[in-house]
Amino acid sequence: MIGRKSLFGPLDPAADAGYTDAPKRKGFFTDTSVCIGCKACEVACKEWNDVPENAFEMLGTSYDNSHSLNANQWRHVAFIERPASKPAVDLGMPSVGAPVSDVDEDDKPDFQWLMSSDVCKHCTHAACLDVCPTGSLFRSEFGTVVVQDDICNGCGYCVAACPYGVIDRRRGPEGDPKVGIAQKCTLCYDRLTDGQRPACAAACPTESIQYGDVEELRERANARVELLHERGVMDARLYGNDPEDGVGGTGAMFLLLDEPEVYGLPPDPVVTTKDLPRMFTRAGMAGTALLIGAALSFVRRRP
Amino acid sequence: MSEPTGGRGSGAEVQHGGSPGRSRGSSRGGDRVMVPEADFTSYYGRPIVKAAPWERDIAYYLFTGGVAAGSSLLAGGADLTDRPGLRRAGRIGSLVALLLSVVALVHDLGKPSRFLNMLRVVKLTSPMSVGTWILSLHAPFAGLASAAELVGMLPARWQRGPVRLLLRLGRPAGLVGAVTAPPLAAYTAVLLSDTATPAWHSAYEELPFVFCGSAAAASGGWAMATAPVAEAGPARAFAVGGAAVELLMAHRMESSMGLSAETLHTGKAGTLIRASKVLTAAGAAGALLGGRSRLLSVVSGTALMAGSLCTRLGVYEAGLASANDPKYTVVPQRERVERGEQVRYQG
Repeated sequence: MIGRKSLFGPLDPAADAGYTDAPKRKGFFTDTSVCIGCKACEVACKEWNDVPENAFEMLGTSYDNSHSLNANQWRHVAFIERPASKPAVDLGMPSVGAPVSDVDEDDKPDFQWLMSSDVCKHCTHAACLDVCPTGSLFRSEFGTVVVQDDICNGCGYCVAACPYGVIDRRRGPEGDPKVGIAQKCTLCYDRLTDGQRPACAAACPTESIQYGDVEELRERANARVELLHERGVMDARLYGNDPEDGVGGTGAMFLLLDEPEVYGLPPDPVVTTKDLPRMFTRAGMAGTALLIGAALSFVRRRP
Repeated sequence: MSEPTGGRGSGAEVQHGGSPGRSRGSSRGGDRVMVPEADFTSYYGRPIVKAAPWERDIAYYLFTGGVAAGSSLLAGGADLTDRPGLRRAGRIGSLVALLLSVVALVHDLGKPSRFLNMLRVVKLTSPMSVGTWILSLHAPFAGLASAAELVGMLPARWQRGPVRLLLRLGRPAGLVGAVTAPPLAAYTAVLLSDTATPAWHSAYEELPFVFCGSAAAASGGWAMATAPVAEAGPARAFAVGGAAVELLMAHRMESSMGLSAETLHTGKAGTLIRASKVLTAAGAAGALLGGRSRLLSVVSGTALMAGSLCTRLGVYEAGLASANDPKYTVVPQRERVERGEQVRYQG
């Protein structure tokens, strides 16, 4: 279906893709303020989706050795080491009462952790889906974006098109049948059709990863940000929740405790197809100029 | 009770920022640009967007596609204005370039069936799908015209039966090939621009003109080098015009791209772009002054082709460099946010 907002603007992606009677749009709310960096989500995702391991690399950057989101890493936990904010703020983590501490305030560690489990954003306007030349990527009835690896060509266009750097072409391990094929989070499409939660959300021990209807998650996220602001965590902010932003809002939103780029997220991502009509217009003008130029080259006397 | 923590300020102290490989090119000594390091935050300096996982095949395809398109146009014009030598050069140039294009594409995809897989859908939001269809419309006709040209070179006694039919189809096929050539030259610019790669996306206004100009310069250069000089007048005009458009629009592009224009001046891309400008300008000057000199035609034609190749490779490399350094993703977006111009849907 083609509408005024098909390339940019807020819309219901499943309905735009032609589904009638589609279920409510599903997504993630990742509350990084309660993420403890346990990587249960990374492991659960690999286990359920049969995602092979990455080549083991010691990167020497903090405790993050799973590198980035890529074809073999559909969930990625970022570890950000930074100066401590003093005094420490109670983020409302469940506890059995504060432990007695005899450590002087000045002797406490001078750094703190930010941890965040990143995932495919399942954009309302998904550049990867728009540019796929084979129709391998499709919009599911849940409003998510899924790759059909039996149709994917491995052309890699989606890789360059994603403004978040999520999707990638699988490079290894050798012998894996899906090497050379674009891979990313499916929001556990197979579990959703069976009425189950995605594996990462099911495995998360702190409810940092919450799964549900996007609308409801957005309300929950707003309430959580308000709560944190009341407690004095003024850096708490939502990311990806705005349906009028550059990608029409995302299916996966995040509560962050610092600027997005600190977590390796783009501060103001825009779906490239927003400018596509203009690009084709300019190409049309250039092509016409080329045709006229060629014709003019022959307007001169005979040889 | 607790003070708000300073968002941006505290992030900057940790020094997560910095661009990997900023020291590259410092060995060049002379032309090191002394701009202050961009102040920005990133996650351990890792890229945000992913670079296109393409081999250099795609950069070569950008070049051969341009030569194929321009040659078809020249062949069509030569056919209509009765310049058999120029027509032959154009048609053979288009055939060679098309064959190399298909080889490059199939090599990048891995196997020929994957090209056919692209024909299962027509998708206007995918420049690669649109381009596949443009190529599928152009190539058979341009190929048919080239086949007619080759058959025409056979001894007269072989030119009978179906072969004669092929000869007759040469002109109409060649004209369809000429009309479908400009989209082939132009779409590759959209192909690159419709990505999150900073240097490619920010160039989308001018890149089609750069690529079309480059296609005219390269194909004009090919015809200058291979067609009889007496007939090559239009090829020289086409090449000079193309070179002028390419140089002018490349200049405009560099000033409108913003921060990512830097990638066109540094590293491997910088070398290629500088070479492309020198070669294109020298080739155009040779075409203007050399006129009907055989030697000068060959030299300046070759220079024009080399210049076009360097343009394509340079733009390709600049894109990869801009994707691999988070600076080019973060800084322009952060500046936009701080100006209060965050991209929003305007009703």
